[in-house]
Amino acid sequence: MLFLNRLRRRLFDLALVIIGVSVLVFAFIRMIPGDAVAIMLGSNAEVTPERIAAVRSRLGLDLPIHEQYIAWLSDVLAGNFGVSIWTGRPVIEEIAAHVWPTLQLTLLALLTAIVLAIPLGILMARIRGRRGEALVQAGSVVGLTIPPFWLGILMILVLSSVAPGVQMLGYVPFLQDPLGNLTRLILPAFALSLPITANLARLLRSTLLEALQQDYIRTARAKGMPARRILYRHALRNALIPFVTSVGIMAGYLLGGAIVIEQVFAIPGLGRLILGAIAERNYPLIQATILLVTCSFVLVNFIVDVIYAMIDPRIQG
Amino acid sequence: MSGTSPPPEPPAAVLPHRRGPRLPAPTLYNMSLGMIVVLAMAAIFAPVIAPYDPLYQDILARLKGPSAAHWLGTDQFGRDVLSRILFGLRSSLMISGGAVFAAFLAGSLLGLTAAYYKGWADRIIMRLMDVLFAFPVMLLAIGVIALLGPGATPTATAIGIVYTPIFARLLRGPALVVAESDYVLNARAIGASDARIIFLHILPNLVSVILVQFSLLLSSAILVEASLSFLGLGTQPPVPSLGMMLSEGRGFLFLAPWAAVFSGFAILIVAFALNLFGDALRDELDPRLRQA
Repeated sequence: MLFLNRLRRRLFDLALVIIGVSVLVFAFIRMIPGDAVAIMLGSNAEVTPERIAAVRSRLGLDLPIHEQYIAWLSDVLAGNFGVSIWTGRPVIEEIAAHVWPTLQLTLLALLTAIVLAIPLGILMARIRGRRGEALVQAGSVVGLTIPPFWLGILMILVLSSVAPGVQMLGYVPFLQDPLGNLTRLILPAFALSLPITANLARLLRSTLLEALQQDYIRTARAKGMPARRILYRHALRNALIPFVTSVGIMAGYLLGGAIVIEQVFAIPGLGRLILGAIAERNYPLIQATILLVTCSFVLVNFIVDVIYAMIDPRIQG
Repeated sequence: MSGTSPPPEPPAAVLPHRRGPRLPAPTLYNMSLGMIVVLAMAAIFAPVIAPYDPLYQDILARLKGPSAAHWLGTDQFGRDVLSRILFGLRSSLMISGGAVFAAFLAGSLLGLTAAYYKGWADRIIMRLMDVLFAFPVMLLAIGVIALLGPGATPTATAIGIVYTPIFARLLRGPALVVAESDYVLNARAIGASDARIIFLHILPNLVSVILVQFSLLLSSAILVEASLSFLGLGTQPPVPSLGMMLSEGRGFLFLAPWAAVFSGFAILIVAFALNLFGDALRDELDPRLRQA
C-alpha cells in the first residue's frame, strides 16, 4: 500500500516535470529574439511577406499563446514534432536517422563505466587509511575532471602512431559490420565513460565504507566471518543500491558528453544533428531533439527510481 | 602530473577554518589550494606574464614545436601557444566564475525565499527548479545558446541557468532548519525585516556548504565552458579560449599536436585543482568523516 502511495506521488511528480519541460520547450521557439520566422528564413531574396505569413500559419504562430501550446502539445502527443525548416521532412525522421549511434555510444559508455567502477570502487575502499590513499583519491579526481574530448584526441594521436592501420573514426551500423562498429566505438565510449567511472567508483567507495560501519557487519565479524566474505556478501550488496540510482542520473551526463565526443570521432549522431540545426537555425529540429531527449532522460530516472523502491524494502516503510 | 608544482604554504587569510580540527588529508587540501592560487595568478596577470600578444601572428613561425622562444610551440597562424593558453585560462575562469556566481545569486535567492516563506512560494519555486534540473546539462546549455547565439556572454548565461537549481536545492534544506532556529525567531521577535533575516542570519550559516559547492561547480563549469567553446558555441575567434584552441589544434594534430595537447591539459589542471579543493574542503567540514 505504502509502495503504491509512493508510486502515485512519484507519478504525479513525473507528470508535473514533464508538463513543465514541455512548456519550456514550447516557449523556446517563442523566445527567439526578433521575428523567429524572418530569422529562420534568413536574408534570402525569396523572402516575401506572403512567404513569412505562410510559414507563420504553418507553425501556428498566428494563434493566441495558450491555443498554440495546446495545438502543439496534441501534435506532439500524436507523434508529430513538426517539419524541418529546410528539408520539409518531419523532424522525427531526421532524429530517428541520427539517434542510434548516440544511443549505442551512450549505452556502451555506461556499460564500460559500470564494469570498471565496481572493482575500482572496492579497491579504493580497501586502500582506506593506508599509504597511497591520497594518491588514489587525487587519481580519481583526475578521472573525474579529464575532458573526454581531450582524452579522445590524445587516444587518436597515440593510437595512430602505434597502430596506423586501425580505423578509429566514423560509424558503421552494428548489423552491417559488427566488428567495424565496435572498433570505431570503443575509443569514444571509453573516453566518454571515464568521468562516470570515476564518479561511480568514488560513490561506491563511500557507500562501501559507510556500509562497513553498520551493526550487521560487526555481527558478521563477531561470529568469525572472513573479511573478504563480509565485504562481498554483506557490504557490497548494500552499497550497490545507491550505485544503481546514480547510474540513471549519469545517463543525462553521458548524453551531453556524447554530443561533444561525437565531434571528435566523426560519429553522425544527435550531436552532429543538433549542431547542424543550430548552424542553420532549424528551430523545430532543435526543439524536438531537446524535448525527446529530456523526456526520455526523465523517464529513465523515473524507472530507476521505481526499481530502486522495489529492490530496497526499507523505502517502502 | 599533479605533483609537479611544489605545494606552497597557503596564506593564512585564505584558509577558512584556521582554528578548526586537523585536516584529514592536509597534503591534498594544501596542494589544491596552492594550485588554485597559482592558476588564478596566472589568469589575473596574463597580460603581464604572457611572452607574446595572444593574437600576434608570426607567419614565418607557424606550427613550430616547443623552443626557447615559444615554450609550448606555435599554432597554425604562428601564434604563441603559451600566451594563448594564459589568456584562454583567463577567459575560461571569467566566464565560468561569472556563471557560477550568477547561479549562486539566483539559486540562493530562490532557495532561501522558498525555505523562508514555505507554502505556495516554496512549491512553485521548487517545482520550477525540478523542471530546470530535468534537462541534461549540455542540452539545456545548447538550447540557451541556440536562442542567444554563440559567444562568451551566452555561454555564461547558459551555465548560470543550468546551475541555478543546484544552488536553490542545496540551500533550501539547511535554510529550512536555520529558519526554525531560536536566533532567527528572536531576530523576528525584535522586528528584523525578512531580507535582513535571510541575508544576515540565515545565509552566513550556510557559507561552508556554499563554498564547497561553489568550488565543485566551478570545476564542472570549466569543463562545460570548454565543451561549448570546443563545439564552436562559446567564445568566438580570434579571442583565445581553451576549448577553441583544442578544436583548432585538432586540425593539425599530426603536424603540430602541442596546441591541442597543452590546451586540453590546461583545462584538466584547472578543473582538477578546483574539484580536489572542493572535495578536500567537504571532507574537512563533514563531522562524520572527521571521526572515521
